[in-house]
Amino acid sequence: MKKIIVAEQKPVSEIASIIYDYEKVLLVGCAGCVAVCLSGGEKEVEILAAALRLLRRQQNNPLEILTFVTTRACAPEYLVDLDPLTKDVAAIVSLACGVGVQYLADRYPEKWVIPAQDTKFAGGSGEHGIWEERCGLCGDCILHLTGGVCPIIRCAKSMLNGPCGGAQNGKCEVSPEINCAWQLIYNRMKLLNRLDKLAEFQPAKDWSLNRHGGPRKVFRKDVLVK
Amino acid sequence: MVTAEINPPKHACPENIKRQAEFIARYVDALNITDCSTAVVRLSSIAAGFHILSCGVEPIIQMTCRDRNRIAMQSDLLGAYSLGMRNILCLSGDHQKFGNHPTAKNVYDLDSIQFIYYLNRLQTEKIFFSGEPIKEKVPNFFIGAVINPFSDPREFQVIRLEKKIRAGAKFIQTQCIFDLENFTDFMKQVEGHCLPRKAHILAGVAPLKNYRMAQYMQNNVPGIVIPDELVNRLQNAVHPGREGVEICVEQIKRIREIKGIQGIHLMAMGWVEIIPEIVSRAGLYPRPKVN
Repeated sequence: MKKIIVAEQKPVSEIASIIYDYEKVLLVGCAGCVAVCLSGGEKEVEILAAALRLLRRQQNNPLEILTFVTTRACAPEYLVDLDPLTKDVAAIVSLACGVGVQYLADRYPEKWVIPAQDTKFAGGSGEHGIWEERCGLCGDCILHLTGGVCPIIRCAKSMLNGPCGGAQNGKCEVSPEINCAWQLIYNRMKLLNRLDKLAEFQPAKDWSLNRHGGPRKVFRKDVLVK
Repeated sequence: MVTAEINPPKHACPENIKRQAEFIARYVDALNITDCSTAVVRLSSIAAGFHILSCGVEPIIQMTCRDRNRIAMQSDLLGAYSLGMRNILCLSGDHQKFGNHPTAKNVYDLDSIQFIYYLNRLQTEKIFFSGEPIKEKVPNFFIGAVINPFSDPREFQVIRLEKKIRAGAKFIQTQCIFDLENFTDFMKQVEGHCLPRKAHILAGVAPLKNYRMAQYMQNNVPGIVIPDELVNRLQNAVHPGREGVEICVEQIKRIREIKGIQGIHLMAMGWVEIIPEIVSRAGLYPRPKVN
């Protein structure tokens, strides 16, 4: 399973309506996570470009689209190659994740940058065509206490001291499609013979380490250049 | 001990809950006020508690972790105590998906066990959830919790009950019990852990009005299990409502025989007018006077 940022393309009609007034746009994909999750790599960039061109031709409002796929849209040094392509386009449509969209907007402040993806979660794919959320990016990992199953993001109520009273047949009360995270945790801790751990009280989570403390930054003195 | 439960209205007029409270006042020892149950917006449980207190009924305020962070929880706890509320039931809360605002954000800053733990600590050690001292009056709530013996993972439910009691729950109300055989087994395990000596356990019961209601609850209320035998009795009954009351009274009598049970929590769900009959026929009337 590859752990990635998973994104899903917005409907073509929605993207088309956002760029309706523009005659020429640059469509940028990313060879990182969104290529892995088959929503924003080279193939998807070309398919979306063709679809938009076709739609606009049908509307008698032809659209010129340049395409480019960056190595990683979340690393500004890779965006340098885009400079010549952005010269005479008014808008940049991004098939990168939300991070990539923002680095594009940073680099080209005079251009209108449009997200063509809905960035969903950090997850992976155990089965072709299905991606699952696996990490809540909470900033304070407790997976060693919960048998390697994350209750923060895989439990709909982020319960830390055991299940709520709503799970049935091992499924979450929110949907029979969702496994109850606490059922998975229980099964795994039983297998590990560590059910005693689940009887311990887990204190309130420090959400200031999550986004609730404001946008986060990681500083690594050992690798800082300046 | 007999408690019942009412839902506040989906509007700003308290007259109906006051009438309901007055109607059943002599038949219950205390009355739970739900906190936007199934995530449907209703008049606040604390405000409703204030209204029914004025009718001479002891309220048990329900508070969920779904809609408040730890700041709002404590603020509401102080406010509720200042208005005369003395009993609180701490729950995680039904997911907002079930209610009338399914696109809402949920909170779950704390889970129900943390809520119980920090509230109990607030009261005994006079400190806020953060640890900051409270310089003046602290509340002194009688803290309650819920347990659903039939939700998954089932083997975990006794551990969970024990965690809630260790965290500071002094009374426990169960989810509606229909499957008495499995409930008896559950209570044997609870006895095995000596939990009835540490907290008062009230078994939840609900009168079923008809077959459709049974089916609806089985399929739509998280964590409810209704044995086929009961469903069949309702389906074949000439007067399903009467049969539902019969079943409920029978169940209360059988539940009272189970070791470790110290009371009944009657969830009449929109059928408050039946409470006096059920309480009387179950041999639980008159209620003892408490000063």
